[in-house]
Amino acid sequence: MKLVEHFKHGLTAPICLTWELTYACNLACVHCLSSSGRRDPRELSTVECRALIDEFQRMQVFYVNIGGGEPTVRADFWELLDYAVDHQVGVKFSTNGIRLTPPRARRLAATDYVDVQISLDGATAEVNDAVRGPGSYDTAVRAMGNLADAGFADFKLSVVMTRQNVGQLDAFAAIAQRYGAQLRITRLRPSGRGAEVWDELHPTAAQQLQLYDWLVARGEKVLTGDSFFHLNALGSAPLPGLNLCGAGRVVCLVDPVGDVYACPFAIHREFLAGNVRDPGGFAGVWGTSELFERLRRPSDGGTCGSCSAYDSCQGGCMAAKFFTGLPLDGPDPECVKGHGERALAGVSAAPRSDVDHSRRRTAVPLSIGFGVPAPAPADRACDISPLAGFQPTP
Amino acid sequence: MSTDPTGFDPDRAYRRSPRVALRPEPFGALAYDFGTRRLSFLKTPTLVTVVRTLEEQPTVHAALDAAAVPAAERPAYLTALAGLADAGTIEPRESL
Repeated sequence: MKLVEHFKHGLTAPICLTWELTYACNLACVHCLSSSGRRDPRELSTVECRALIDEFQRMQVFYVNIGGGEPTVRADFWELLDYAVDHQVGVKFSTNGIRLTPPRARRLAATDYVDVQISLDGATAEVNDAVRGPGSYDTAVRAMGNLADAGFADFKLSVVMTRQNVGQLDAFAAIAQRYGAQLRITRLRPSGRGAEVWDELHPTAAQQLQLYDWLVARGEKVLTGDSFFHLNALGSAPLPGLNLCGAGRVVCLVDPVGDVYACPFAIHREFLAGNVRDPGGFAGVWGTSELFERLRRPSDGGTCGSCSAYDSCQGGCMAAKFFTGLPLDGPDPECVKGHGERALAGVSAAPRSDVDHSRRRTAVPLSIGFGVPAPAPADRACDISPLAGFQPTP
Repeated sequence: MSTDPTGFDPDRAYRRSPRVALRPEPFGALAYDFGTRRLSFLKTPTLVTVVRTLEEQPTVHAALDAAAVPAAERPAYLTALAGLADAGTIEPRESL
């Protein structure tokens, strides 16, 4: 059996585990995939977080992607970071940069097993702040400067690709180079508040091609979180990565209240596998949840199975289909053959998550073109391709 | 005598790098390097056995013998191990 087939059947523990520490956030990004803003009173305590890290260590989850909300606003964030590193659980955390002061950057630069990912969704303040909120560009740039000054090499500059910033790809690469960072670009998902702005923000078909061509030509050193496999049918060169949906198989999300979802883009009860507070803990959820067992069963590709592109795109992203109201066994809304667009024309309503921690909308209507104001940060995912360093062994 | 341009020498003693942890999986094992944060895959259980037992054997060849790797498969295993040495998953050690 090929390695990728093993992945489809699930592994003994996740390869790419995202752990959102809090729903609290100082920002209110319009496309926040976890609809973050306000802290949830049921969030895991420091003691519970430590116990979960112990469990990750026992399961040999070698690293976790920590996000939020804005994880660094948790008072015990740095303590938990040290605890994880001391227990052989490496951490990469996503931040908007708000707490990355020069002394903190120096401490991070001196810590092994920690990687930092700064979110920025525009190469200019104008484009970024329209999505992430006023001042967020300056905050991110200041944080990157602090990391670079501290000698933190190869931290990640993480960008969610939108209709407004696809044209800035070269500029993002230049920013990453300026600060000694590695560029990471990921796909906009219609998850969380992203559902409200997806129509205005998701790249056009022409931009998908532009993005694909850019990745093929320039993307060798660019991380993608394996998130653009739905574009593979655009050319003969497959993008590097696993090119399959890892949800519940090699990927999962633990949210701030301990709920375990199939992937970070799928915060909806449909994709809720259990809670780390359940008697079997996280290991029990990962190993025995009915949802995960179902996701690990072979699929025939549904209506996509007969398409010539199915081998390349694997039907695309489960969350993108779900939150645009498309059936999970049909085409991705951004299907490069146009099947998604046609299917979307027949959709009258899409499911919405009842998990929403957005701050109440009293202020911050941003001076932008895409209507919806709203609260929090976004992004994170798999960023290490599970095939990095892959050796074709016997 | 080195048999590989990258310096991998199966006549020497090797070991799993102390920075690398192995997690058993149905296909073999997942290898994680805490130093480089890179994940790689050992795609057969026998390769996992070889990597785990390198430290107890005077040479790589001896480890392959001990794991009963068939002669026909030996070149493929040596190629895989050279790759692992190149990535730092395994490293030379002083023989006893």
